[in-house]
Amino acid sequence: MDAIVTQTIPESKPADCCSDSKPIAQAVSRKHIMWVYIIVGFFGLVSVATYAMHEYYLYLSAYLWFGFIYGMCLQYGRFCFASAFRDLFAVGVPRMVVGIMIATVLFSITSSLVASTGWSTFHAAPWSVHAVIAGLIFGIGMVFAGGCASGSLYKAGEGNGVSMLVILSISVTQSAFVDVGGWANKLVPKSWAEAALTKGLPSSINVSDGWVDQYLAGYVWEQPVITFARLLGFEDHTLVGALFANTFVGVVLPAILLLAVVYIFWSRKRYVLDLQSREGRSPGFADHIRGFWAMIISSKRTAIAGLFLGIACGLQMFVIEGLRMKFGVKNAGTILQRIGFDYGISAKGTVFDPGYWYVTTQEAQWVGWMAQKLGFNNMDNIYFGWVNGIPSPAINPADWMSVALIGGAAVMALMNNEFKWKMPTKELAIWALIGGALMGIGSRLALGCNVGAFFVRTANGDVSGWSFGLGMIGGAFIGVKFFNWYTERKMAREMANIDFDL
Amino acid sequence: MAMKFNQKGPGLYELDVCGYVCPHPQLYTKKILEKLHSGDKLELAFDNPSSAESISAMCTNEGNPIIDQQRNGSKFIFTIQKA
Repeated sequence: MDAIVTQTIPESKPADCCSDSKPIAQAVSRKHIMWVYIIVGFFGLVSVATYAMHEYYLYLSAYLWFGFIYGMCLQYGRFCFASAFRDLFAVGVPRMVVGIMIATVLFSITSSLVASTGWSTFHAAPWSVHAVIAGLIFGIGMVFAGGCASGSLYKAGEGNGVSMLVILSISVTQSAFVDVGGWANKLVPKSWAEAALTKGLPSSINVSDGWVDQYLAGYVWEQPVITFARLLGFEDHTLVGALFANTFVGVVLPAILLLAVVYIFWSRKRYVLDLQSREGRSPGFADHIRGFWAMIISSKRTAIAGLFLGIACGLQMFVIEGLRMKFGVKNAGTILQRIGFDYGISAKGTVFDPGYWYVTTQEAQWVGWMAQKLGFNNMDNIYFGWVNGIPSPAINPADWMSVALIGGAAVMALMNNEFKWKMPTKELAIWALIGGALMGIGSRLALGCNVGAFFVRTANGDVSGWSFGLGMIGGAFIGVKFFNWYTERKMAREMANIDFDL
Repeated sequence: MAMKFNQKGPGLYELDVCGYVCPHPQLYTKKILEKLHSGDKLELAFDNPSSAESISAMCTNEGNPIIDQQRNGSKFIFTIQKA
């Protein structure tokens, strides 16, 4: 058992005690260090051994090591998109909104630099109100589940059984949702059904059977693709289009505006009170600028994680596109076929290969792959059969990224003595399954989660990213309202028979 | 599992939310702190690492100092004084 370490903070300095939650230092046990070596060694061995088999595996290893970095960053900064607006609405804490905005701005700068070289792997998504609705459903789900899609991955790396259940629920729900037809076809508007039939999909794709198929081909694909660069009359891959329009207008200005709103409504009051008690005067504009900055750096761990995440996300685009050019491919499907794997490749010869950080599709794929192996036909829908495929998780690049993300988070948790196997209780398991299901549905409606549909798109100047984010904020608000009611009710029941001085 | 709330003595309370994940630990803490009187102390036990960040920041914003922090493995024990 680890020793108890006590850090007593002088009562005479109450304002300092919690200005930034410093980790309480503990010696890392040998057992933890051994597991760190095992995890890092395993990933290293996978990279070296597969490279020895064929250099094409370098492509998969690139995904793997970026996933590992993401996992370390997420765990270090306790970086969870779910907590951003949830903690703001629930307990008035802005640290995660700040962290996410820092990461988004940094990612936007690096990805715009990459875009201006013509090496970006990003493709903007169709924009309409569907992104807001999907974000709303996803936002409610992530509050119920206790973590977003990426947050659940890193928390699984901490040994959290609830998060593992959330991942399972997201995975199964997505895989089932994209294939649901029969009675669900009756819910498809006639215009979607007719439009879907005109898309010229191959006969292997049964586009008239499946709600999601007709939603995608009959509605989403009809919507315009809008970036801030295009709105302002620039090309996305030019320096001015990428850096000025997509990054400055599309990310930096909205981020500053959003953070200013957060400061005014959630941070300013405490800053003013502290200033008045310290200096006995009311704040001026310069004081508010200092207060705003104090909010930005109030949680250094989160800010540092955001900084590294942002840079790594941009670099991944650069590296993956570089490898595509080196190997003369446009998609990992070609690489998999060249090294002898053709199972689960889509009808157009592709597999899911975003070229950047993504979470949910690879989760759907492993369940889709398993269902296919068990005899269900998952390859007759657009999502698996036409676009993403269902390659074996063992050679799926995006799965390598997610597994390594969990590993990276586990390494960081072990080094911080924060790893602990935690079994889900019945209550939390139910919330995990419900929340995960809502996130799974929201992800497929938006064509991505908090990472793919919000973080990546927003950083790349895609208007649909902010639309999804807007929905996510609304969903977080509804989720918090519900949990406030639920918690009050539960507390009243727990405390009903106890006599307090309260 | 359920959250455990007890009065340990005059003006001293304990809240155990070990096993809970976000947002439950911070929500319970906020709601209990709202019910305490000024000067009361709350011993809070939780084992969800990301809640540590949120609870610390929440205490800063509300002006309720954390006067003691202990840690046993992955279990955190914060003593918070209601302002």
